[in-house]
Formats: sequence, C-alpha cells, structure tokens
Amino acid sequence: MLSRRGLIGGMAAGAMLAPADRLIGKPRMGGRIRVAGIVASTADTLDPAKGGNSSDYMRTFLLYSGLTQYDGALRAQPGLAEAIESDDNIVWTIRLRRGVHFHNGKALTADDVVYSLLRHKDPAVGSKVKAVAEQFAGARRVGTLEVELRLTGPNPDIPIILAQPQFAIVENGRRDFSVANGTGPFILKSFAPGIRTIVQRNPNYWKPGKPYLDEIELIAIPDELSRVNALLSGDVQMVIAVSPGSVKRVKASSSHLIMETKSGLYTDLVMRQDHPVTGNPDFVLGMKHLLDRDLIKRALFRGYATIANDQPISPLDPYYNPGIPQRAFDPEKAKFYLKRSGLLSTRLPVYVSPAANLSVDMGSILQEHAAQIGLKLAVNRVPSDGYWSTHWMKHPLTFGNINQRPTTDLMFSLFFQSKATENEAGWKNPKFDRMLIEARQTRDEAVRKAIYGEMQWMIHRTGGIGIPVFISLLDGYDRRVRGLQPVPLGGLMGYTFGEHVWLDA
Amino acid sequence: MSGASPVSRWSGPAQLVAKRTGLALVTLVLVSAVIFTISGLLPGDAAQELLGQGATPEQIAALRHEMGLDRPAVVRYFEWLRGIAIGDPGQSLVANKPVADIISERLPNTLILAGLTTLFSVPIAFLVGISSAVTRGKATDRALNIMTLAMVALPEFLVATIAVLVFSVKLLWLPSITIVPQDPTLWEFLRAYAMPVMVLGVGVIAQLGRMIRAAIIAELDRPYVEMARLKGVSQRRLIFRHVLPNAVGPIVNAMALSLSYLFGGAIIVETIFSYPGLASLMVNAVTSRDMPLLQACAMIFCATYLLLVLIADTVAILANPRLRQG
Repeated sequence: MLSRRGLIGGMAAGAMLAPADRLIGKPRMGGRIRVAGIVASTADTLDPAKGGNSSDYMRTFLLYSGLTQYDGALRAQPGLAEAIESDDNIVWTIRLRRGVHFHNGKALTADDVVYSLLRHKDPAVGSKVKAVAEQFAGARRVGTLEVELRLTGPNPDIPIILAQPQFAIVENGRRDFSVANGTGPFILKSFAPGIRTIVQRNPNYWKPGKPYLDEIELIAIPDELSRVNALLSGDVQMVIAVSPGSVKRVKASSSHLIMETKSGLYTDLVMRQDHPVTGNPDFVLGMKHLLDRDLIKRALFRGYATIANDQPISPLDPYYNPGIPQRAFDPEKAKFYLKRSGLLSTRLPVYVSPAANLSVDMGSILQEHAAQIGLKLAVNRVPSDGYWSTHWMKHPLTFGNINQRPTTDLMFSLFFQSKATENEAGWKNPKFDRMLIEARQTRDEAVRKAIYGEMQWMIHRTGGIGIPVFISLLDGYDRRVRGLQPVPLGGLMGYTFGEHVWLDA
Repeated sequence: MSGASPVSRWSGPAQLVAKRTGLALVTLVLVSAVIFTISGLLPGDAAQELLGQGATPEQIAALRHEMGLDRPAVVRYFEWLRGIAIGDPGQSLVANKPVADIISERLPNTLILAGLTTLFSVPIAFLVGISSAVTRGKATDRALNIMTLAMVALPEFLVATIAVLVFSVKLLWLPSITIVPQDPTLWEFLRAYAMPVMVLGVGVIAQLGRMIRAAIIAELDRPYVEMARLKGVSQRRLIFRHVLPNAVGPIVNAMALSLSYLFGGAIIVETIFSYPGLASLMVNAVTSRDMPLLQACAMIFCATYLLLVLIADTVAILANPRLRQG
C-alpha cells in the first residue's frame, strides 16, 4: 500500500481488487454492455485535461491511464508509474512501467509524461486542473522511463493528485483530440459528442488479462426516470446516479441490483460570513442546530447517506477526526443561540435550487423547523440553469453542493482557505490557513493527522456552513454485470468500471 | 387548377405569394433581433460556464476576449446576421467546431422523427376526422370525440412515461430509449422509432383530427352540399370531390402548425427517449451559453415555422377560387 508520504512499488497491477475477484468468481472474457451516464453535450471531450463531468471521466478512464489510480480507501495505487518517491515532498521521482504502449503502437516514455504533466499549465489547453498544476515548478526526463517532477512547495499528496482523470497520460506533443490515443483498457471505435462513445477492447493493455469486455457503449440519459427505465427494460446494462426514490423499483426487479458507494459528497447550507446577519456566530450556531440530520437522511435519502457534523471530511477519509462530538438537531439550543444573536425576528430568504442536490427539500424542512421557534425563513426556489453563477454564494443564505475531493488538503484548500475562490461562506481564519501549509510541510504522518483533526474542529465550531449528511452514490446495474466495487470518488467505481467489470453468461 | 390555364390567371396568386414571402423574410429579421437580445439576457456566458465554478475573474476575462464576447452587442449582432444571411452561423463557443457541422449531425434525426410521425399520424388523423364528421352526433362521432379530447388533454410526458412503463419495462416489447444502430435493418429502424413516433402521434392525431372534423362539418352545412346530395352524389364522392377541396385551407393550416411543433417542440420526447435531435441540442446550447449554436437553432425553428405557414397559405390561396382570382 502507498502511504501519503509516497512510496509505491512492487505491487502487481490491479492487485487491489484481487481478493474481491476471488469472492465473486472468475472473470469471463467477452461481451458488450451499454452504459448510461447523466451528461452528454456538444462539449463532450476526448481530451482528459478538459474533462469536467462524470461522463468525461468515464470516457477518460476507458481510453487513458493515469500514473496512479485510486483504490476503495482513497489511497493511490501504482498505475503507469511503478513508483513515485520523494525525500522532501518537493522533488518527486516517477519510475514508469516497462513495455506500455499507446493505442497507435508507440511505446510510453518519460517524454510523454513530461508533456502530459506540463501541458496543464498552458492556458491554451484549457485544463480543468490548471490551478493544481501551478505547483509543478518543472518536470524533466531523467531516463527513458524516469521523470523528475519538481514542485514549488512541499506536497505529500502528489501520488493521489496524479490519479485524477485530468492527469491521465497522453502522447508527447498531442494537440488534436478529435481522436483518442491513450494507454487505457479500451480503444476508441466511434465518438459522437452529445450522442455516444463506443470503445473496444485493447488487446495490448498493460494489465495482463484485462479488460474483460469486448465493447462498451457509453451514452447519456439525463432524465433520471428515463435512465432507470432504460435499465429495467434492458436497453442499458449499467446506469450511474439512481435517485434514492428509485431504488425500490430497481430492487424489485429480479435481474437488477443497486450498488451503494458511500462518499464525501454533501449539500450544505452556506451562511455568508460577510453579511451582518449570517455572519453572526450565534446565528450560525443556531442554524446548525436547526438541521434535522436524521430526518434528512431518512426522508430525503431513504437512508442512503451518512450523518455529517458540519465539517467537510467524511469518515471515509484516512484523516477523518472521529473525536468531534456529533451536533444534534436541537430546536431549544437553536432558539437560545438565535435569541442571543438578537436576530430571531429577522426575515431572511434562503435560496434553493434543484442544481444543489435536494436543497429544495432541505430548505423546506429548515423553514418548517425555523417557523416553530419563531424564525421566519422565505424559501426562494430558483432554476438549476445559472444557479452557480448567479445565486450560489451571492446571497446571505444559499445551498451549495460539493463533491468529494481526493485529498483532505484539496478539500481544505479549495473550499476553506481564506483566499479560495470557492470558499463558500467567505470564512476567514488565518490560523487555519497557517495549519494548512504546516500540514503540507510536515513529514510526520501523526503530526499531519493531528493538524487535520484540529482543522476539522475549527470548521465544525466556527465555519459558515452546515453539512447535514454525506450523500451515498447509487448506481444500478444488470445482475449479469460482475466485478463492481465502490470507490468513493464517484459512481461506477470512481468512473473506472471499464477495466474491472465482466459479463456473466 | 388545371395545368392548361393561361399564365395571366396565375398573376394574382403569384403576387399574393410574393407578398407573403416578403413578409416572412421581414418577420425573420425581426425575430433574429429578438433572439439575439433575449439570449443576451441570460445570466452568465459561455466563458463562465466553460471555466466552471472555480474560475478567477482574470481567467474569465481572458476567455471572453478570446471568444470575442467583450465586443459591443450591436457589432456582434450585425456580424452574426451577416453570417446567417450567407449561410454561416459561425463557430460554436463550446465544441470548437462550426455550428453548421453540429447542426448537420442533428438535423437529419429531427427530420426523420418528424417525417415518420407525419407519415404515421396524418392518415390516421384524416380517418378520424372524416369518420367523425360524417357520423356527426352519432355514437361513432361521440366515441371519437371523447377519445381525441382525452388525447389532447394528456400531457406528452405522461403518455411517454406510461408507454415506457407498459411497453418497455413491463412487456419488454420496445426499447425505452431511441438508439438507432449504425446500419439498421428495416425492423431495427421501425422498432427504435416506434415509441417516440407513437407518443408524438397521440397529440398530432388528436389535434389534427379535430381540426379536420371541424373543417369538414363547416362545409357540410353549406348549401352546395345539399344541392349535391339532391343531385344524388354518393357520400364518398361528396366528401372527396366536393367537401375536402373546399376545406383544404384550414386543414393545411392545422397541418402546418402540427408539423412545426414536431420540428422544434419535440423536446419532451427527445428528453425521455434520449434522442439526439435539434430541440435537445438547443436546450444544451442554453445551459452551456453557446450563443451561436442557440441562435442558429432558434433561427432554424422560426424559419421552418414561417416556411410551413407560408406553404399552408399558398395552398389555401391556390385552393380558394376567390383568393386565386386576386
């Protein structure tokens, strides 16, 4: 196993899923499946760097491979890199696997890796991870199969960061992405943006014996009901993102199953700290006590959720701090804090939208409970379209929706660091910012864990967001599809199902 | 309307048609201004949508400049209008390819669906309308009336959902999504299109059937029908030779409306059956703020609508002797 300090090596490729493979029988070769995602548009891309939604990620992982890959416990496993090592977390040595070939037959070398890593910094590429890649001070070829990556500052999470789909390896000098030339388990057969992607088995894939399927067709059915219907009618064999309300229907079918993936995804109440009302610490505490977490888990998610504690690190994360006492739904306490803030009589609009998963229902529950203690909230429902650019974070009370990020550091630096553009509540805490840097610099794992634990406390106590639950991801699939296992970063094995699944006769 | 008529006989209608065409073109230009203005009112733009939630203002400004979104609206409007006029709707801001290419991939899909639905529903609508009209007040008419009224009242999404639940999920007869294989056999082709055509057909048959019934009944009350009956003209000949040619104006108008609906309004059916047509392309363009694509789709829908109405008008003019004489 690879520690966050970054020593990997020696592990057989794909070994992470081997025990489970033994449990569910021997994989069978051959067969074709059709998989339905949620998003398809003219913006669909074959360029890993531009991938911005679940369908793009699935396409990337079908066609390309990364230097590392995630396992079910948010750790990095070897991918195209046999080993990634660093003594100081600043200069990293990446040793590549021997004998890997691109789909066009070209052998993988250090040049491809150097090009793939550095192109994210070029604004013309339009990479979604440009901000992350800014920490790459430089990369250079050391040998045919060895790359040295130099960072601007220490970061122990590099092996995990490189497993993100955008960092998948492309061929040196490649600019034309109307075709896909990767090292992934499947070869592109046809691609029609907004309509479908068809891939076929790569016989020279670098993981021996994989993949199992001959062909996969990836389409998108944005409407949830239609997606589930397509699964039940046998038109598709796998669907991503089944809503909790549809689980019963899928389970009632004798030929279909549901996979629950516990994740760190959350929909949160955002209280802007730069507003006189929502910036009042007592008001914030009062609102946090008004979140009926049990009801939200039971009624809105039908149990497919994990109770959260107003801080963003889920129990799945190795750095999760289990020592923070659970904040419970307590109208009396809420009333006490709101009274103390002197704001119980203010009338505030809270913005909800279908864009933020189930925020409309959460807003209604909150309104109901608030009314019972005399706080008047007006629920303003706005359309999904344009919600993120015009409403989210722009009013004192809005709802956000944040996906699990691969590392604790990323969760904190993207959404809680004072200067972060997506610091939802505008929460500023210089001590928190200092600790974030400190955690990157320390080389002692126990110290890092302690720092991250304390940071979770800080957000829990004074942060401007209320997180009621972490939402489980639900996928539906045909019983004959085997080999699926949860990977918390996204549905369908963190979008990497392609090389793992097979079709039982 | 025989082909042997002297040319002068057609100058009246030709003038009328020319006038209508001119009006349609003026309307189209006005519509283009409206489309451009309204799409400009949408919150956010392609640069923001493309860069996502976490973009910095500098990044957005740079991309905006690159896309030419920072120039005055009037300049962009006339540049776009000039492009449309010469048949080049520009470059998609999101897909990085010409709008014309994207549309040419989707347009055939929309045409096939609209065409099949027309082939399927128009004959049935005539059958329903005529049978209903000739049995006016009797049991057949009443039964057909109840049926068509119910069909008009049922929202499309409900019909589609129930059809999917019954034919796809329960009976497993038909696919619940419309995926046409690359080289389909006739059977595969018909099977793939069965559900959306049926669902779209429900509304078209009901509306068109009712219009046809009304148009024929209006004619049946006219004195010339009585005269023909007294002269001993058979029922069949009466309907097809005497009544239908006179009722053609309103019927063709109703057909034009139905067809234009099939062209641009099939969004619900496209969504439920995840069928890649023009309507869903346009919705796509709205969410990604891909203005050139959005505006091109809107222009196509408006132009088709105007064209169909123009054709309907022309047919009505040609079919009506009084208008024909100018």
